[in-house]
Amino acid sequence: MRANMKNKKFLRLLVSYTILTFVVVIIIYPLLWTIGASLNPGNSLISTSIIPKNPTLDHYRELFAGKESLQYGQWYLNSLKISIFTMIGSVISVSFTAYAFSRFRFKGRKNALTLFLLLQMIPQFSALIALFVLAQMLGMVNSHWLLILLYIGGQIPMNTYLMKGYMDSIPMDLDESAKIDGASSTRIFFQIIMPLSKPMIAVVAMNGFTGPLGDFVLSSAILRTPDAYTLPIGLYNLVNQVMGASYTTFAAGAILISIPVAIIFLMLQRNFISGLTLGGIKG
Amino acid sequence: MQHRRIALLLSIIPGLGQFYNKQWIKGILFLVLAISFFVVFGDLLNMGFWGLVTLGTEVPRDNSIFLLAEGIIALIVTIFGLAFYYLNLKDAYKNGELRDKNLKPSTLKEDYHNLIEQGYPYVISGPSFFILTFAVIFPVLFSFALAFTNYDLYHSPPARLVDWVGLETFSKIFTVDIWRSTFIDVLAWTVVWTLVASTLQIAIGIFMAVLVNQKDLRFKKFYRTIFVLPWAVPGFVTILVFAGLFNDSFGAINHDILAALGIDPIPWMTDENWTRVALILMQGWLGFPYIFIVTTGVLQSIPEDLYEAATIDGASIFAKFRHITMPMILLAMAPIIITQFTFNFNNFNIIYLFNGGGPAVPGSTAGGTDILVSWIYKLTMQSSQYALAAALTILLSIFVMGLALWQFRRTNSFKEGA
Repeated sequence: MRANMKNKKFLRLLVSYTILTFVVVIIIYPLLWTIGASLNPGNSLISTSIIPKNPTLDHYRELFAGKESLQYGQWYLNSLKISIFTMIGSVISVSFTAYAFSRFRFKGRKNALTLFLLLQMIPQFSALIALFVLAQMLGMVNSHWLLILLYIGGQIPMNTYLMKGYMDSIPMDLDESAKIDGASSTRIFFQIIMPLSKPMIAVVAMNGFTGPLGDFVLSSAILRTPDAYTLPIGLYNLVNQVMGASYTTFAAGAILISIPVAIIFLMLQRNFISGLTLGGIKG
Repeated sequence: MQHRRIALLLSIIPGLGQFYNKQWIKGILFLVLAISFFVVFGDLLNMGFWGLVTLGTEVPRDNSIFLLAEGIIALIVTIFGLAFYYLNLKDAYKNGELRDKNLKPSTLKEDYHNLIEQGYPYVISGPSFFILTFAVIFPVLFSFALAFTNYDLYHSPPARLVDWVGLETFSKIFTVDIWRSTFIDVLAWTVVWTLVASTLQIAIGIFMAVLVNQKDLRFKKFYRTIFVLPWAVPGFVTILVFAGLFNDSFGAINHDILAALGIDPIPWMTDENWTRVALILMQGWLGFPYIFIVTTGVLQSIPEDLYEAATIDGASIFAKFRHITMPMILLAMAPIIITQFTFNFNNFNIIYLFNGGGPAVPGSTAGGTDILVSWIYKLTMQSSQYALAAALTILLSIFVMGLALWQFRRTNSFKEGA
C-alpha cells in the first residue's frame, strides 16, 4: 500500500517534470534562436545555428551605422519618449478620473461609466482613417505628440475602470475621517487614495508603457518618414522590405529592445501582479 | 404668471432670466459667454453644418473629407453649447422658483461655493474627457459617418467629391457576391480563431499553474520566472521572430526541428490551413503566461483544508481538481477569461505581423487568415475602400459591444458602480 503510493507519487512528479521541461524548452528555444541569429555572420538565415561557428557583432554595429533606412538609435529614442510620456499622461489622467468616479456622486456619472465601458470595446484603430485625416488637418503628420495624445486617450477607458474598481475597495471611512480632520479632496487623493492604490498604479503605468510598444497600426498611419518611426514600424519594415535579407540585423535589434523590457518587467512584476489579479477578479 | 416661468422664458436669450431674477453679475456672465460662443465658433458652426449636409459642392474648392471632419467637430461643439444652454435655463428656472416661494435667490458667493464643491469631480475628470473626446469619440463618430458615404478610391478628394449614400454600403456587404463571400469567410475564421486560440491559451495557462503549484514540486520560482518570459518580451518582437522561425525556406522549424524528426517541410506561410495552425499555436505561446500568473494567485488563495477534507474522504487527484480547483478558478476568473476572448477577437498584431493575413486569396481583398480587424485595416490602407471599412467597423463594434454589455451586466463592478 505504502509502496504503491510512493510509486504513484514518483510517477506523478516524473510526468510533471517532463512536461515542465518540455514547456521550458519551447519557451526558451525561440529566444535563444534569436540571440543565435543576431550573432550569425551574413544576412541570410539558411546557415543559421543557435550556436554560430564564428559569432560576430557586425549586426549590432550595423544598427547604429546611421543608414538612411535603418536609424535604430533614433527609433529607440522615439519609442522610449512616446512610451514614457504615454505612461505619465495616462497615470495622471486615469487616477484623477477614477478618483472622481469612485468617490463622488455627480450628475452624468452613470452615463459616463457606460460610455467608458462601450469605448473600451471599440478597437481604437478601427477609426484609423479619422485619425489620419485629423493628423493632416492639424498638420501633425509625423508628430509624436499627437500620437502620445491618441495613446493616452485610448488608455483612459479601460484603465479608468480597473483603477476605479481598485479604489472602490479602499474603505470610505479613511476619507471620511480625514475629511473630519479638515483635509481637502485633493489632499485626500494624494495622501490617502494614491498611496493605497500603488499596485493598480503599477498596472496602469505598465499598460501605458507597453501599449505604444505593442502598437503597430496607429503609429504606421501617423508616422510616415523613417526618422519619426518607432521600433515596431522600423523593425517590421526591416524584416518585410527584403524578407530574409536583413533578418539577422532585425534579430540584433529585437534583442536590444527585448532584454531591457523583459528585465524591467521581471523586476516590477511583484508590484503589478497583485493589482492585476485583484482588479481583474473584481472586473 | 409665476417668476419661474417668466425667468425660464426670458432665458431663451442667455442671461435675461438672470437679470429678471436681479442676479446682474451672473446674468452678464451668461450673456458674455453666449455671445463669445457664437463669435468664436460661429464660422466653424456655419461652415461645419453646411459641409456636413452637402459634403461640398465644388471641386477643387471643397474637400469632402475635411468638410466632414469639420462638421463633426461642429457637432461636438454644439453639444457642449447645448449643455451650457441647459445650465442657463435651469439656473433661471431654479432661482425663479425660489422667488415664487418668497425666498431669496442664491447669492453669487453661494453659487461660487456650490460650484467649487459640486464641480470638483468635473474639474478633475475634465482633462481626461477632453482627450477622450478628441482621441476616441471624434474618430469613432467620423468612422460612423463615413459608413454612410461612398468614400473610396474613385470618390476621393481632392479630385472628386464624396456623397451621402445612406445604407447602400451596408446592403452591398450582403448583396455583392464577392463582398458577401469574403465577409462570411472572414467572419467564420474570426469566430473559429477567437474560440480556439483563446481556449488554448486559457487551458495551457490553467494547466501549467496547477502543475507548478503541486506542493512537492521543486524549483517553483524558476518555472514561474521562465513562464512569464513570453509576456515580458514585447509582443511584436516575438511575433516577428516566429515569422522567421516558421518561414518556409529558411525557418528553423522546417529546417532544424522537423528535419531532425524526419518530417518533410511544412508550407507554414503559403498554405492557409497551416498558417492558421501556426497562428493558433503561437497565440497559445504568447497568451498563456497571463492566465498562468492569475491562476497561480487564485490557487494560492484556495484554503488548504478543502483539499485535506477531500483527501480524508478518499478523493483522487482528478476528483479534487474537478470538484475543488476548477470551480474555484472559473468562479474567480470569469471576467478575465472573457477578456481573453474579446482580446483575440481584435488581435490584429499577431495576424498582420506574422504573415500579413496571408497567404493571399485570388480575387479577394482579404487574405486566407485575415480576421475582421485586419481585413478592415487592409481595406483602409491598401485598397482604399474607406466606406466599406467603416461599415464593417460599425458591424464589428455592435457585435463586440453587445457581447461586452452582456458580460459586464453580470459582473460586480458594474452593479456596484451603478
